[in-house]
Amino acid sequence: MSSPRTFQIQEISAHPGTVPGQGTQRAVQVCKYIDVTTCIGCKACEVACVEWNDHPFRETTFDDTYQTMPSTQWNYWNLIKFAEDERDGNLMWLMRKDQCMHCEDPGCLRACPADGAIIKYENGIVDFQQENCIGCGYCISGCPFDIPKFNEKTKKVYKCTLCSDRVGQGLEPACIKACPTGCLHFGTKEDMVQIAGLRAKQLQEQSGFAAAGVYDPASIGGTHVIYVLHDINNPERYGLPKNPVIPPSYTYWKWIAKPTGLAMAVLGVAAVFLHRVFYGPKLPEPEAPETRTGPSDEIEAGRKETP
Amino acid sequence: MTNGWIDIKNTDMMLIMGGNPAENHPCGFKWPVEAKKTRNAKMIVVDPRFTRTAAVADLFLQIRAGTDIAFLGGLINHAIQNDRFAKDYLINYTNAAFIVKEGFKLPEDGLFSGFDGGAMTYEKSTWNYQEGGNVGPQSSGGQSGAAASSGRASSGTQAGSQPSTPPKGGEAMGGGHQAAGGPGASGQGGPKPPPMLPPNVAYDLSLQHPRSVFQLLKQQYSRYTPEMVERITGIPKDQFLKAADLFTSVRKNGDMKKAATIIYAVGWTQHTSGTQIIRTAAILQLILGNVGRAGGGVNALRGHSNIQGATDMGGVFDIFPGYLKIPQPSDTDLATFLKRTTPTPSKPAEWDSYNYWSNTPKFMVSFLKALYGDSAKKENDFNYHFLPKIDRKFSWTDMWDEMYAGKVKGLFAFGMNGVAIGPNSHKNIEALKKANWLVVCDIYPEETAEFWNSPGISKDDMKKINTTVYRLPGAGFAEKDGTFVNSARWLQWKYAAVPTAGNSKVDQEILARIFLKVRELYQDEGGKFPDPILNLSWAYTTPKNPALAEVAKEINGKALADLTDDTQPGITIKAGQQLPGFAWLRDDGTTACGNWLYSGSWTEAGPMMQRRGTDDPSGLGIYPNWAWSWPANRRVMYNRASCDPSGKPWDMERRQVWWNEAQQKWVGNDVPDFKADSKPADHMGPFIMNPEGVGRIFAPLAAFADGPFPEHYEPVESPIANPLHPQQSINPVAKKFKSDLDKLGTPDQGFNIVCTTYRLTEHYHYWTKNNPMNVQLVPEPFIEVPAQLADEMGITGGEKLKVTSARGIYIAKAMVTKRIKPMMIDGKKTYQIGIPIHWGYRGIAEDEGKTSKMTANQLSPAAIDPNAYTPEFKGFLVKIEKA
Repeated sequence: MSSPRTFQIQEISAHPGTVPGQGTQRAVQVCKYIDVTTCIGCKACEVACVEWNDHPFRETTFDDTYQTMPSTQWNYWNLIKFAEDERDGNLMWLMRKDQCMHCEDPGCLRACPADGAIIKYENGIVDFQQENCIGCGYCISGCPFDIPKFNEKTKKVYKCTLCSDRVGQGLEPACIKACPTGCLHFGTKEDMVQIAGLRAKQLQEQSGFAAAGVYDPASIGGTHVIYVLHDINNPERYGLPKNPVIPPSYTYWKWIAKPTGLAMAVLGVAAVFLHRVFYGPKLPEPEAPETRTGPSDEIEAGRKETP
Repeated sequence: MTNGWIDIKNTDMMLIMGGNPAENHPCGFKWPVEAKKTRNAKMIVVDPRFTRTAAVADLFLQIRAGTDIAFLGGLINHAIQNDRFAKDYLINYTNAAFIVKEGFKLPEDGLFSGFDGGAMTYEKSTWNYQEGGNVGPQSSGGQSGAAASSGRASSGTQAGSQPSTPPKGGEAMGGGHQAAGGPGASGQGGPKPPPMLPPNVAYDLSLQHPRSVFQLLKQQYSRYTPEMVERITGIPKDQFLKAADLFTSVRKNGDMKKAATIIYAVGWTQHTSGTQIIRTAAILQLILGNVGRAGGGVNALRGHSNIQGATDMGGVFDIFPGYLKIPQPSDTDLATFLKRTTPTPSKPAEWDSYNYWSNTPKFMVSFLKALYGDSAKKENDFNYHFLPKIDRKFSWTDMWDEMYAGKVKGLFAFGMNGVAIGPNSHKNIEALKKANWLVVCDIYPEETAEFWNSPGISKDDMKKINTTVYRLPGAGFAEKDGTFVNSARWLQWKYAAVPTAGNSKVDQEILARIFLKVRELYQDEGGKFPDPILNLSWAYTTPKNPALAEVAKEINGKALADLTDDTQPGITIKAGQQLPGFAWLRDDGTTACGNWLYSGSWTEAGPMMQRRGTDDPSGLGIYPNWAWSWPANRRVMYNRASCDPSGKPWDMERRQVWWNEAQQKWVGNDVPDFKADSKPADHMGPFIMNPEGVGRIFAPLAAFADGPFPEHYEPVESPIANPLHPQQSINPVAKKFKSDLDKLGTPDQGFNIVCTTYRLTEHYHYWTKNNPMNVQLVPEPFIEVPAQLADEMGITGGEKLKVTSARGIYIAKAMVTKRIKPMMIDGKKTYQIGIPIHWGYRGIAEDEGKTSKMTANQLSPAAIDPNAYTPEFKGFLVKIEKA
């Protein structure tokens, strides 16, 4: 399931022709399972995500909520969303772990015009390759879950990788490892769908949540992050779209807009070539010095950064 | 915990109250979740706020802070009225059948019998059992045994039905231990001997005698009707009944298979009736037959990683390690002290009682040998006279009060932040101004070390403070090895992850170096009483920095001479060897042991506390080879009670221990918490630490300062007069301090909002405000305000609020929430607010000027529980306004 071989690329954004090596092997589909009914909003997953990905500490502000910040950020990929809700006159405090859903039909990838900036592996993980990112931000508008986030400084877009680096080494994603209650699991899509179904059934039969169900929206071919919800008929209560769709412009982009764009790109490259021929190369500007240069005990301080 | 964290997975029903484990014990909370997922266990959460624990509960009830006894008393009443209690268990394993002395009075008017209005204490001689034998209806039929008289066909056992020979030994005198009282209770002494428990208790197994404990219990809580519960707690009657029906459903139709657990934390202890709240829970669990059983028990969740260890090791002023009592001035020699503190059995003559505290002399002498080594000899009472004798209470709040009064001149503050902890932090700051010196050992600059820089102190004021503050460079938890004792009573060894930073030192090095210097001063200069210091055993390889492994071995104890035991033929413990357990302790000076409860944790076989065996043959989560659990590696205490009187498990699927007829002994998946060869027919009680051998529904004599049964009293600051007895609204023996800074507020003065304080998942006490990661998760202090109250006052979230109590003010931003609703308390609309405690005047947000630099405990009152001396941090009165 999680051997490096599962990282056979299945799809590449804006890539002409076929994907190298496609069809040479079959990989198991991976999936993250999130049971919101046993999530206690402890934020261990948030911290694990920041720590594993070596993200800087951010300054946050009090916002009349237990939620750490209003939405995920380019360097804060995992966020518990808190919502006060009512059901039959009883208060409910909904806590949902928000992160990339790793869609089977990824809107970001559909939207991306940069060759190789977004790839989807055979195991279902959708991963951004920042070295190929052109910072156009189309992926942001292509995502039905508002996940990819733009970094003004690097002019690139970032999001949860489903810890592809860990999964490739046979480990579970960092958030899963940190979860104290076991409301998070990681495994094959088949297994996760099965335990989610059993949990939903238990909630229906034992806990009085007749509408409990599994969120794995078919409108985008299912997701590689699935939720068990108390009420599957109203995913909006948890901040999830009922029927997530990729903006139509991006679904036929592949067939119409992309070739056009490609033609434009070819013209652009030609223009650059001509520019170079006539004006010579542009020298790289010197980069700003790294802030993290101090000895090890200063690293923590160096990690603090204003967003 | 009577049980343990993992054992919660075995439960069918959880009452989580006075605790918020999802937020404050998130890792342990996996087990309640496990019980829900694998057993369909139900979870009832009762709390002043809708917490993150409530978010995953099956049923949540919002209660007014400080009214837990009313709720739990209502549950007891419901169980009795609806015949949902464990009859065989109640009769055989509790004192329900015991007859209480004539003259004992229930507190219908708010006072038990014996109240002395002048001294504000109780004279407790009527809080006792009646002397005599079987007074039940069948008693005329001659000598009748336990279960025979119970008239319970359902029990179907022979247990106790044969009159057994009364156990041999000291029967002449009962219960000295219980007569002991707290320190200072019998302060002046006087010739009158304290009352004793009778050795031969009168009983009625039909439970019909009007002065039987059961009938008194029934009468006591018959007043706690659903209507009364609603008036006091604010929980609507229908919701209360729903919870009561659900919780007691484990004993529906006499079923004994199911088990329910009660889980609590400092939301119960931090009240002026805190100990009695826990008592009420214990009574409820006893009548439901849930104590001693897998998935049952009364389970305290400890709020610091080693607070259990601190308590076990005597980190309280009135106990020594292993819960041995500290001598009083009237204990003029060791024999007198041991006589007062060693209980003798008190029970029906036909029953047996192990009375394990009868071993007190062995524990105490071994402790003295560990303290004073070779200098402790039989001839000198093992240096008993070196021990301090306490003539009054030296509790946390008393200590600050005496410092404020100018009597306590200096303070060592290690591993805690006394100003932030409070209560009434302002008083603590004023007290420190009067001290001569203060030593603080911490890893961050904190409020106590910088009390002189607290808000409101001007530069001129500062010049008038003459307290010398010494700051010592302590080490963080990851820089130290040693043990943590968790809530489940496990001693778990941990290893240092990183070396200490800079010049910082581990605690034992700092303490050892101070001790050695003090000893040097005594050697050089003499002094009033140098002997205890000069004779203290300090036989460590590196005296200036003792290895904690050596200390752990010392605590476990060793033989000082070759030991043999008649009950264990063929075994000799050689002099110098580590003891296998506390059963080998001696009162003749041939053993040394730092804490009898921990004996067995580091034996000749090695450090049991370092074991990491992950085998769990029973599947009950016992993991007998993981670390080491006191006492004697038992994972569930009182586990004899998991069997019926005949020694057969109530539930075979969750069987822990049982009587093996062939081997004639108790065996099981867990270590039997019982005399291994005591036959069921002998009817020895499962609660071996009580002189009665049975669980106490009625707690006699000096066991508690404020009554043998719990009674609901209002917090010292309350929005209403106690509906049960308005003329005696609060706990009559709760201690309130009398200094000019110890003011209490009333609703008439405008203090009409109930305030409670608590912790958040994202922070740890007053410490993580220095860590950027935690600060990122919750950046600054806030006050949780009910949405309706905010609407009435025109407050929006994020606006600054000023909270005022009679003692101080606190300013922070408002978090407007639906999670706290207005309540109807005795017909009066009442609001509650909540304040997380984590901030002060040093920290990231504080230093950046983002907070008002105040501590939440400037609001809380120094009024304390008379048994545990815990302050009432929860449920005091405030008023709020826009800042």
